[in-house]
Parts: sequence; C-alpha cells; structure tokens
Amino acid sequence: MIPLSWFLILSAALFSIGLFGVLSRKNAVAILLGIELMLNAVNINLVSFWRYGDVSQMAGQVFAIIVFAVAASEVAVGLALVISVYRRRNTVIADEIDLMKW
Amino acid sequence: MTAMQIFFLIVGLVILGSALMVVTTRNLIHAALWLIVTLFGVAVLFAILDASFLAVVQVVVYIGAIAILFIFAVMLTHKEMRDRGPQLNNSWWLNAIISLLTFGGLFWMLQSWNGFSKTAADFPSSFDAVGQLGKALISPDAFVLPFEVASVLLLAALVGAVYIAFNRK
Amino acid sequence: MTTETLIWLIPLPPILAFFLIVLFTNRNKALSHSVAIGAALLSWLGAMIVFVRAIGTPDLGKTPFASFANWIPTADTWLKIGVQIDPLGAVVLFFVAWTVLMIFIYSVGYHNYGQPAGDHDQPGLQPHGATDEHGHQVPSIEPMYSRFFAFISLFAFGMFTLVVSDNLLTLFAGWEIMGLCSYLLIGFWYAKESARNAAVKAFMTTRVGDVFMLLGIAFLYSATGSLSYRDIFQSQVLHTLATVSTPIFGLSAAGLIGLLLFIGTIGKSAQFPLHVWLPDAMEGPTPVSAMIHAATMVSAGVYMVIRMFPLISLDPKTMTVIAFIGTFTAIFSATIAVAQNDIKRVLAYSTISQLGFMIAALGVGAYVAAAFHLVTHAFFKALLFLGSGSVIHGMEHGVLHTGDHKVDPQNMFNMGGLRKLMPVTFWTFLIGGFALSGFPLLTAGFWSKDEIFSGAFSNGSFVVFVTLAVAAFLTAFYTMRQITLTFLGVPRTEEAKHAHETPWTMTLPLVVLAIFAIGYGWVGIPQDFLGLHLNPSWFHEFVGSTLAVMPAESPFSWIVFGTSLVVALGGLFFGWLAYRNVTAPEQDKLQIPLLKNKYYIDELYSFVLIKPAYWFAETFVYQWLDKGLIDGTLHLFGKAANSIGLVVRNYFDLPVINRFFGDGTAHATQWFGRNLRPIQSGRIQQYMLVSLIVLLAIAGLLYYLLVIV
Repeated sequence: MIPLSWFLILSAALFSIGLFGVLSRKNAVAILLGIELMLNAVNINLVSFWRYGDVSQMAGQVFAIIVFAVAASEVAVGLALVISVYRRRNTVIADEIDLMKW
Repeated sequence: MTAMQIFFLIVGLVILGSALMVVTTRNLIHAALWLIVTLFGVAVLFAILDASFLAVVQVVVYIGAIAILFIFAVMLTHKEMRDRGPQLNNSWWLNAIISLLTFGGLFWMLQSWNGFSKTAADFPSSFDAVGQLGKALISPDAFVLPFEVASVLLLAALVGAVYIAFNRK
Repeated sequence: MTTETLIWLIPLPPILAFFLIVLFTNRNKALSHSVAIGAALLSWLGAMIVFVRAIGTPDLGKTPFASFANWIPTADTWLKIGVQIDPLGAVVLFFVAWTVLMIFIYSVGYHNYGQPAGDHDQPGLQPHGATDEHGHQVPSIEPMYSRFFAFISLFAFGMFTLVVSDNLLTLFAGWEIMGLCSYLLIGFWYAKESARNAAVKAFMTTRVGDVFMLLGIAFLYSATGSLSYRDIFQSQVLHTLATVSTPIFGLSAAGLIGLLLFIGTIGKSAQFPLHVWLPDAMEGPTPVSAMIHAATMVSAGVYMVIRMFPLISLDPKTMTVIAFIGTFTAIFSATIAVAQNDIKRVLAYSTISQLGFMIAALGVGAYVAAAFHLVTHAFFKALLFLGSGSVIHGMEHGVLHTGDHKVDPQNMFNMGGLRKLMPVTFWTFLIGGFALSGFPLLTAGFWSKDEIFSGAFSNGSFVVFVTLAVAAFLTAFYTMRQITLTFLGVPRTEEAKHAHETPWTMTLPLVVLAIFAIGYGWVGIPQDFLGLHLNPSWFHEFVGSTLAVMPAESPFSWIVFGTSLVVALGGLFFGWLAYRNVTAPEQDKLQIPLLKNKYYIDELYSFVLIKPAYWFAETFVYQWLDKGLIDGTLHLFGKAANSIGLVVRNYFDLPVINRFFGDGTAHATQWFGRNLRPIQSGRIQQYMLVSLIVLLAIAGLLYYLLVIV
C-alpha cells in the first residue's frame, strides 16, 4: 500500500522545513519551533522504520519515546533560557544575542 | 491509488503546509498554533503507522505540554510579540537553498538504498503492540535503562529550567 | 782533559755568564760582575792552557788540535763543525783571552762599582754623579751595571767562538754575535739619541759588508761542498778554485770568493768606504770601545782575511784590491786623526789606520807581519783606549767637583798637565802611544810595523811602502799631539786641575797591557836584524807554519830600518814640538775643516744613500704602495663589501625578508584573522548555516571520491 519512501520523503521534507525555520527566523522562540519540527520529522522516520521493518523489535518505538522525552526537556530548558535572556537583555531576537563572539 | 494513500497524501499536505506556516508567519502566536496543527498531523501519521500509543503520547505530550509551553513563552516575551519588520533574517534565501540542498541530499541518499520502496508487512495476529512496547520499556534485557535515564534527564531539565528562569526579585 | 775538549769548552763560560746574569743576577751588581769576571777567568785559563800546549807541540801547523762533529745532514754527506787551534789560532787566542780579561776587570772600576747610586740617574743615560754624606759630588754607579756585564760576556762568547772554530759557518756565527753585541753596547746608553743612531749606523754598515761575505761563503760552499778549513785548504781544492774563472771582472773563483769575503772585512774592520761607523761608535762606554773596536771585533775582520789567506792569495787582482784599500785607508784616516779634538776620536781613527796597515800587509803577501801587527796592535790599542777611559774618568772627577757640566771631559783642549795628577795612567798611556808610533826597539809596535815595511819593501810594492811610511809618520805625529795636549803642560781648565787617579781596578789592567805592549814585540825579532845572526824569529817560525809552505822571512834592509826610525822618532818629535805650547783650538794650525769633518764622507753617504733610502721607504713604499695601493685595495674591498651589504640589505633583506616574509606573514595572519573573525559572530543561526554548508560540501566531496572515482 503506502511505500516506505513516502514516509521518508515526508520526514525529509519536514526536516528541511524545520531547518529552514531554524536558520532563518529572527525570534529565538521561533527558532525553537523549528527545532520541534525537526524532532518530529525524526520521530516519523523512526516509527516508519519500526513499522516497515521487524515489528517485534520495539527499538523504534522506544527510541521515539526517548526522543519525546528529550524534546520536552530541551524545549523546557531552551525556553527557560530565552526567558532569562529576555529578562536581562530585553530582546528575543537571535541576532542581538551575540555576546559569545570575538 | 488506494484510500489509505489518498488519506496519507492529505495528511502529508496538512503537515507540510502547516509546517511552512510555522516558519513563515509573522505573528508568533500564530506560529505556535500552526505548530499545533502540524503536531496533530504527525499524531495522525502515527496512527496510520499503527503506533497508537505514540499517537496518543504525541497529542498529550507535544500538543498538551510543549505547544502550551511555547505559548507561555511567547506571552512572557510579550513586548516582542508584535513583529517589527520582516520575520526572516537577511540570509533567508541562502538558508532556503541550503534547506533544499539538504532535502535533495537526503532524498538522493535514501533513493539509492534498495529498501526504499518496500511496502509494509502486515501485523501478525494477536500482536499486542502497546503491550510489547510496555514490556520493552521495563524489561531489564530490553530498554529499561534508557527509560530510566530519560526520566533522570527530565528531572535534570526540570531543575535546570527552574533554576535558569528563576526570578530572584 | 784533552786539548780538544778544552778548546770546545773555552767559549762556554761567557755564554753561561750571559744567561746567568740575564736570568738570575740582574739585580745584584756584585754577583753579576763576579759571574762575568769568573767566566772570563775560566776562559782565560783554558786559553792559556791550550796556548802553552800549542807552543809545546811541534808541527802544530800540519797537525793542529782539531775536533769536529757532524752537524747538518746534506744529501750524501754531512756539514761538519768543530774546533781547531793551529799556530795562528793559538796566538790570536792568547791575545783575545788576555785583553778580554783585562777589559772585564777594568769595567768594574769604569762603571764606578762601590760608588753610591746617582741623584738623578736613570737607566739608559750616563751616570751623572751622586752627593755623598759630605755634600760633595762624587761619581755614581752605572744603573745598568749588570746589563753591561751580560752583554760583554755574550760578546766574549762570540769572539771565542770565532777564534776556535774550524769552519766558516761558526766563524760567521761568532762574527754576527759580535755584530749584535756591538749594536747593543754602542747603544748602551740608549736614552741618548746620538748613541742610538750610532748603534744603528754601526749595525747597518757592517751588515752591508756581511751580505757580501755571506755571498762569498755561499759561493765557496757551492764550489767546494764544505766550509771547513781543512777541506778548503787542500791543494787540489785550491788549485781548482784558482783555475776556474768567473764572469765578474775576470776573477778566478778563488779571487771572487776572496773579494767577497774581504768586503765583509771592509765592513767589520772599518776600512774605507765602510769605515764611517767606527768613530760614531765611540758613543759607547770606553771598555766597549777598547774591546770591540780596538782589540777584538775589528781584529776579527783581519783575522778572517789572515785565515783565508791561502785562498785569497791565489788571485793577484784580489790581492791588489786588498792592498789598495788597506793602504788608502791607512793614510786617509791618519789625516783625519790629526784634526780631531776628542780623545777617543783620535784613537778611533788611529784604529782604522792601523787596521789599514794590517790589510795592506796582507795585500802585499806579508802574512806573518800582518798577524804580528794584529796581536801587538790589540795590546797597545786596548791599552790606549783603557787609558783614555781613565783620563776621562779623571776629568769627570773634575767636572763633578766644579759642577760645570757644560765642560766636555773628553775634549783634549780641556785637559793638560795630567801627568802629575794621574801618573799611572800617564806612563801606561805613554808606553801605549810609543808602541803605536813604533818607538824603536823597546815597543812591540816597532817590531810589527817594521815587519810590515819589510814585507812591502821586499815585495816590490814601493807605492805601498811609501804610503805606509807617510801614514806611520802621521801616526806618530798625532799620537804625540794627543799625549802632549792631554798629559803635558799645565792644566788648562779647572776640571783638569781637579782630576785624580783612578782606582786599581782600572789601573791594574793598564799596567798588565803595558807589559805586553813592551814585551810582546821581542818574540818577533827578525833573524837577520841589523845584519846580526840571531835565532829565527819565534813568531815567524810558529805562525808561519800555519801555511802549507812556510813563508820566508823578509831580508833585512837598512832602508826599511832607517825609514822606521825616521818616521817614528820624527813624528814623535814634531808632534811634541808643534803642540807643547798650544792651549786652544784656535792655535792649532791643523784644524782644517776638511779633515775635521772627515772629508764630509758621512754627509755624502747621507745625501746619496740614506736620503734616497728614506724616500724610498717613507714615500714610495709607505705612502704610495702600502697606504695607497695595498690599503687602497683593502679599502676597496671594504667599500665593495659595504656596497654589497647595502644592496643585499636594501634590495633583498628589507623588501623580501622583512616586508614580504616578515611583515607579510604578519599582515597575512592579521588579514586572515580579521577576515576570519566575523565567523565568530555570536549568532547561532550563522554557526548552523556554516556548519550545514560545510557538511554539504563534504558530502559532495565524498560522493565524488567514493562513487564517481
């Protein structure tokens, strides 16, 4: 029915869109949004490989769950950072948060 | 083209379309909301893939927690909610090219793999996917360790996030 | 101890004394003179023993005391050196040993041993007197006392080496050592400019002669392959040398060698034209004048000609040259001597003249006469010089007494009447003067001069005879002039009035030498003197046996005898007559400028030889060649190196190394840094973009390398 390739192409496209978002958005929160998209693309990949491979091997799903946990913690910490930076510097534009430079 | 395939295409379009909206909308609240749509589409995709547990977890965790968290963050950085000028930075065209190249590269690499076009096998009867998942998650010779470590990771993230964002007034 | 060993040992004590004094006893004056006199005494003793054995040995001429050793290996044979005492060597050794010893003893007193050190005396200047405890000025001891004894010991070594050697090489070595000591001793008071100049003049002038002598020795060696007398004087060798002819003046090899060797004698024995150094050499202390320039060193020149007589006499042309030079010198310097006012100058020119006599005798073939006059002249000339030194000392007493240092103690016109004040000096000087003049029968000079006249007369060289007779007359004349002005009459100056006799260390040698001046003549009384049939002259028999063929005694001639009497007595009488009332130079009719200024020979040499040499050295070689050419070339090198350096610096070092490499790398690094720095913009999106671009690039590269290639 649905070939694996469709899922993979979908996840690749989602990943690329997420990448574009990470690279191009000015707002730091928007960047994190892009990261979320990328992580979702990864999840899609993992689950489709689980489904289209040996179903009894739960590693695909387990990995996807782990990815969930990681994504959640990363978003939490990332947003905490953005808020902390906002409190200090009064800005959330990524280009203006550039103290760690030469 | 079977019904599943059409359904899949619709879901795919929804996902990709809303993802594009996420990355291009000026208004951040809108972007967060578009993200919710995308995540919902992904949940449907999980369901198509017979990963029912994951579909539910996706909705509960991603949409119910993470997206909400995003909205909270956007509100807390309220002043900048209203966009001044374009939302994309100066090199957005280069980024677009890079993204396209990345997509092209991924596609081409996958395409040369000979398992690219295989179809799904049927579920074996009386295959309890969720039960097997549960067993896998807590079985010592399966994935209990990553599971526990993931919970530690969440704890650490929790403590860290609280500490970082703590308002010491 | 065998005689040969003893002969080897004779030159040894003086050279040891030299080293001991120089290295160890320099500070201690008494020890120094003791070492020196001890050494002279030892050599004297050795010489006397050898002499006694020599005269007791029959046929010494055929079988002399000889001992030699191989020294330098040359191809298939050895150059041998060694010692030899034949009759000639024995008599020369005799007078050398005696005069050396007497002069050493004399020097102790001459340099005022026992006197206090001077008030203002400095090494290098003559002593000027000290103040004793009574406030009187007394003579002061010579500051460089030990140095003097060291030098005369070295000199004695040189002379003894020359006398005992059996080959021309060691003879030449002794010759040169004496030349060195002559330089050192004439310039003894080196702070005085005139002394320094005189020393250099002496050395240079004798050097001119020595160069030719060395040529002669070299020629002899290359012609015969040996320098030893026994090898050269073999009749075969002599014959070969006499017959081989050379392209120079048509002389035979023997003649050329003889002429070259004789030129050495012209230098060393102060014959014309190389006589100019000897009067100036009077700058040295009087013992030096006595030893070097009367008794020994200048005699060495004559001794060498006598020794080489078998070789030199082979060519008549050489003999003529020798006779001419000897005769000319004799008359030439006698004429100069009559116009000299310095007591030592008179004696200097007298020496030159008497050496001329000896040379002339050799030139006419009077071998034994020349040797005889050599010996007697050594004794009475040494006596005269030592006596003049005594006179000068006495005059210096007077100068110190009056304190007037402008008065020259050596000027005869400042003297007078010294016979009463310095009796021993007077009588010994008188004996010496009479010996020099040839006072008949009593003095040695008469016998030896008579022999020369006989030789010249019987040889048919009338020109030589007459000229020598005139010279002998002048000799007697100026000698009497000297004695009259110095000793007779009344003292003419305050200084002369206060002169007094010198100590025994100075008068004892005078007495000893006076004894020889009288007695030595009697060993050479000719066999048929005055027509009597006496024993053959011991001296003639003994010394004559040195030659392969014993020369015949000249037959007695009344003409010769009469001439001797006339010139000697006449000269003495006229000298006394002319000068007994002269008290000032203005009254002296013979103060002719030409004679007084030595015929202006020194000025001529200065103009013709010295000034061009100076010009050559100073201007040509130094300014033009050395500074201009050589230094100029070096400066050019320097400038070239400098320019190359500048070019390298400005065209390579600065632009390439400094700017391009040095500054360039700095700029490049800075440029890279400046341009790479913006990569670290702090903007995370930029970082991600860059990493993605690189990732894609590497992916592409890997694809290219792994898939396509």
